[in-house]
Amino acid sequence: MAKPKVATTSLCGCFGCHMSLLDIDDRILQLVELVDFDRSPINDIKEIEGQVDIGLIEGGCCNEENLKVLHEFRRHCKILISVGDCAINGGIPALRNMVPLEECYREAYLNGPTVVNPAGKVPDDPEIPLLLDKVYPCHEAVKIDYHLPGCPPSADTLWAALVALLNGKAPELPYELVKYD
Amino acid sequence: MNTDAITLTIDGKKIEARRGDTILEAADRAGVYVPRLCWMKDLLPAGGCRVCTVRVNGRPQAACTQPVAPGMVIENDTEELRELRRDLIDMLFVEGNHFCMFCEKSGNCELQALAYRFGITAPKYPYLFPQRGVDASHPDVMIDGNRCVLCGRCVRASRALDGKHVFGFTGRGPGKRLAVNGPNLAATDVAAPDRAVAACPTGTLLVKRVGYKVPVGRRLYDHSPIGSEIEPQTPGK
Amino acid sequence: MSASLQDAVAPVCESFGRDRTRLLDILLAVQQRLGGIDDRAIDAVAAELAIPRVDVAGVVSFYSFLAPGPRGRTVIRLCNDLPDLMMGAEKVAAGLEEELGIRFGETTPDGRFTLEWASCIGMSDQAPAALFDDVVVPSLTPGTARRLVAELRRQGDAGDLRRVLVREYGDGANAHDLVRASVKNNLRRAGEVIFAPMEAGAGLGKALAMSPAEVIREVKTARLRGRGGAGFPTGMKWEFVRAADGPQRYLICNADEGEPGTFKDRVILTERPDLLFEGMTIAGYAIGAAHGILYLRGEYAYLRDYLEHVLAARREKGLLGKAVCGKAGFSFDIRIQMGAGAYVCGEETALISSCEGLRGDPKNRPPFPAQRGYLGHPTSVNNVETLCCVPRILQMGSGWFASMGSRRSTGTKLLSISGDCTRRGVFELPLGTTLREVLAQCGGEDAVAVQVGGPSGKLVGPDAFDREICFDDLATGGALVVFGPGRDPLWVASQYMAFFIHESCGYCTPCRVGNVLLKERIDRILAGNGEPDDLDYLARLGASVKTASRCGLGQTSPNPVLSTLENFRPAYEARLKPPVDGRQPGFDIAAKLAESQRLTGRKSVHFDA
Repeated sequence: MAKPKVATTSLCGCFGCHMSLLDIDDRILQLVELVDFDRSPINDIKEIEGQVDIGLIEGGCCNEENLKVLHEFRRHCKILISVGDCAINGGIPALRNMVPLEECYREAYLNGPTVVNPAGKVPDDPEIPLLLDKVYPCHEAVKIDYHLPGCPPSADTLWAALVALLNGKAPELPYELVKYD
Repeated sequence: MNTDAITLTIDGKKIEARRGDTILEAADRAGVYVPRLCWMKDLLPAGGCRVCTVRVNGRPQAACTQPVAPGMVIENDTEELRELRRDLIDMLFVEGNHFCMFCEKSGNCELQALAYRFGITAPKYPYLFPQRGVDASHPDVMIDGNRCVLCGRCVRASRALDGKHVFGFTGRGPGKRLAVNGPNLAATDVAAPDRAVAACPTGTLLVKRVGYKVPVGRRLYDHSPIGSEIEPQTPGK
Repeated sequence: MSASLQDAVAPVCESFGRDRTRLLDILLAVQQRLGGIDDRAIDAVAAELAIPRVDVAGVVSFYSFLAPGPRGRTVIRLCNDLPDLMMGAEKVAAGLEEELGIRFGETTPDGRFTLEWASCIGMSDQAPAALFDDVVVPSLTPGTARRLVAELRRQGDAGDLRRVLVREYGDGANAHDLVRASVKNNLRRAGEVIFAPMEAGAGLGKALAMSPAEVIREVKTARLRGRGGAGFPTGMKWEFVRAADGPQRYLICNADEGEPGTFKDRVILTERPDLLFEGMTIAGYAIGAAHGILYLRGEYAYLRDYLEHVLAARREKGLLGKAVCGKAGFSFDIRIQMGAGAYVCGEETALISSCEGLRGDPKNRPPFPAQRGYLGHPTSVNNVETLCCVPRILQMGSGWFASMGSRRSTGTKLLSISGDCTRRGVFELPLGTTLREVLAQCGGEDAVAVQVGGPSGKLVGPDAFDREICFDDLATGGALVVFGPGRDPLWVASQYMAFFIHESCGYCTPCRVGNVLLKERIDRILAGNGEPDDLDYLARLGASVKTASRCGLGQTSPNPVLSTLENFRPAYEARLKPPVDGRQPGFDIAAKLAESQRLTGRKSVHFDA
């Protein structure tokens, strides 16, 4: 029987949640026994290759590229999980939500103290993804099946949730494993 | 026998109460936790957050303001009321800008603790991302309005316990905001030891230079849910 | 116009005895002198009254008619309630903006005009209407609006606002020297109780010949119920107040009708002020009060001088003051408390807060006002129309009153009817009249929906037209807005939610936040971005707001959503689309990328077709 497939990605996040996943220590060996990884920074596969059982999303939606990836994950993943505070509420990047978008662009491309931009205009290069007006939690853009809060969620939280899901159960975590910091 | 004693039931359990008690006070004494946020010991109840909503003989009432009466049949820990309280807590989260990950109050915050107790992993409502201000003008105390839940505990505590009137409210509806008695906090007579500052259930009012002193794992709500100090047994364990 | 700060503040505070419970009056008077209440004025008032400045700032920022900043010398407030929008208020708004060169919420650079929206100003029968300061300008068109503004500008500050704006006086007392308004009564049907020909003073004479307990018994026998909409038995309320301990008791008349689409009290206040004051006097006698307060909504400030004049005349005749009508031991007088643009103050405990000079927050109950109300004294708060029934009951007898209407809803009811019908105005009809009959009388036979009881009431469709207007079936404080073919129930619900968001006091969580969330989701569906799950979401959220809210405002504010969900579900369903590929249909990508596209000058790589 084929092993369940897991895919992971980081949208607008810091990869801290992925670090936390690596933090399960020696249990990572068990995990590799239990599942196959599709697209993930862990194996550097860049595109989802097929149907995936569990998708883990780190990071919120800050730009069009994030949305495109999130849509792709939603299409391919039977169960999609928001991992960490950025995916769940925008996290640190959402601090820009209180600043007008135009000011964000100007600070980044025109007025920032380290900016060198002789053209003096906001770049229109298609390689630079357009920003959304605000940073959004993933569940406002696509349906999300479960949320694992934390900044990052602890390794134990991630492990407990994965084990439950791999056993066909909903991740009902004990009090001490659901924390927002 | 105490003539002031009356009997009522909460979730089918008979409890004794004193005439003049609110439902919340009676429940506390009986070891029954009614979730609450804007309530604080030693202050008049406000009945504003509505988290303590219970059903009294079928009618919704705030437990913190409703006096007990003989024979009251009170519903508290029912699925309907748990859902209602989740809704209210969710509303408070999306109404403000709550960044728990770097908040000094995290682990000791009552709003966060309520969300933990109710097993909330994400709010069901869209975030409103309001514009709120920070006032760091005072040398010892600061206000981060992003985290304010408008419970009014500081407003009441400053007046009733500190003999001052540092805080108040301005605006109305979604535009209601915590305000201070002057152009900014530095212009008021607030002081770090004020009960009003300690009264804040969230990280809105903070004493400067003492943040993060208690390490993760040893904070108020790291291991046991809010309310377990009232209940004889901790649920969820 | 603009006095110096000290000249403005000190004498005003002095004239109110530096009484902090009169803060609302003080601020209104200070604003009149200074044009606005800025931080310096707030400091000065706080110092004069020896109260925290944050409390003054809290009151200033609570009421729509008080303004923290400097404003134009004339403030134009265009009414944006539904009947006004249906009659073209948005076109009038565009005309005003163009003529003045400013947007709503702004002041002209010369400081002459400020343009604002107002919630219902009580002129839905002659919409669109606006207030220019306290001068009412009804039946506006974009053309007249522009002409009036141009004329005011031409005349400069010296010109008399009223002379320019009021071209023709309305009927009845609208033409009175102290009113001089172009408001029309539009009294379409006078009934037996309020607008019938009557003998002034007959009811009061009879009452004073009885004991207070007998007066209460008579009102109970008539089965009079509160006309504000809730229908609480008036006699029982008075009994509670009379039985409560306290050296003083108060009678407050709630003339803060703010439910959008309501204007019946306006016509009573214009045409039957003596009947109202007689009713208040009888009520004062019944409950043992020496003081009455008429809480007059700020929108009706144009009636204030006239009402003060009527009160003065009554004092002169011995109908108010010491020993009313020569009755030893019964002193009673009435003061007018002006409101300042806050719908929530129609809620009786919020109204009491407002009378006490506080923010218009409702109070916790218990204690109820009957136990501890105004300034802690036992207080009865009664609706204008209710109090007007009282002298008639005393004069004609409780049996006469109870013979009208249905068994549990006796007497007549004033209905304020507006919207898509040919005869807008006030109708006095026996309680128990069917909606169909009402529609026939007002020329609204082709209605597809009727909002009964203002936004906190219900939007009902033709299947409910045979139901009766009464406390036991379709209960209403009196507002009926008729919607003809082509009107969209979701638009109605969205507009009403905007009203509640604006008027929520913000004290409790569910009303402060929940109404915003309800409107967000309705608007999402209106924009075509709703999905099937949204209907459950709205129903659940609405139920939570109703259950958990602290006062009647939040306990009814979800009604526009819940009643349209119940009675006009197909209008919702027709707009929903199922989610595709697990995406949230409500997440409007184009809208969220629009600003970036503007700032970068390019299209989206992924989301532009």
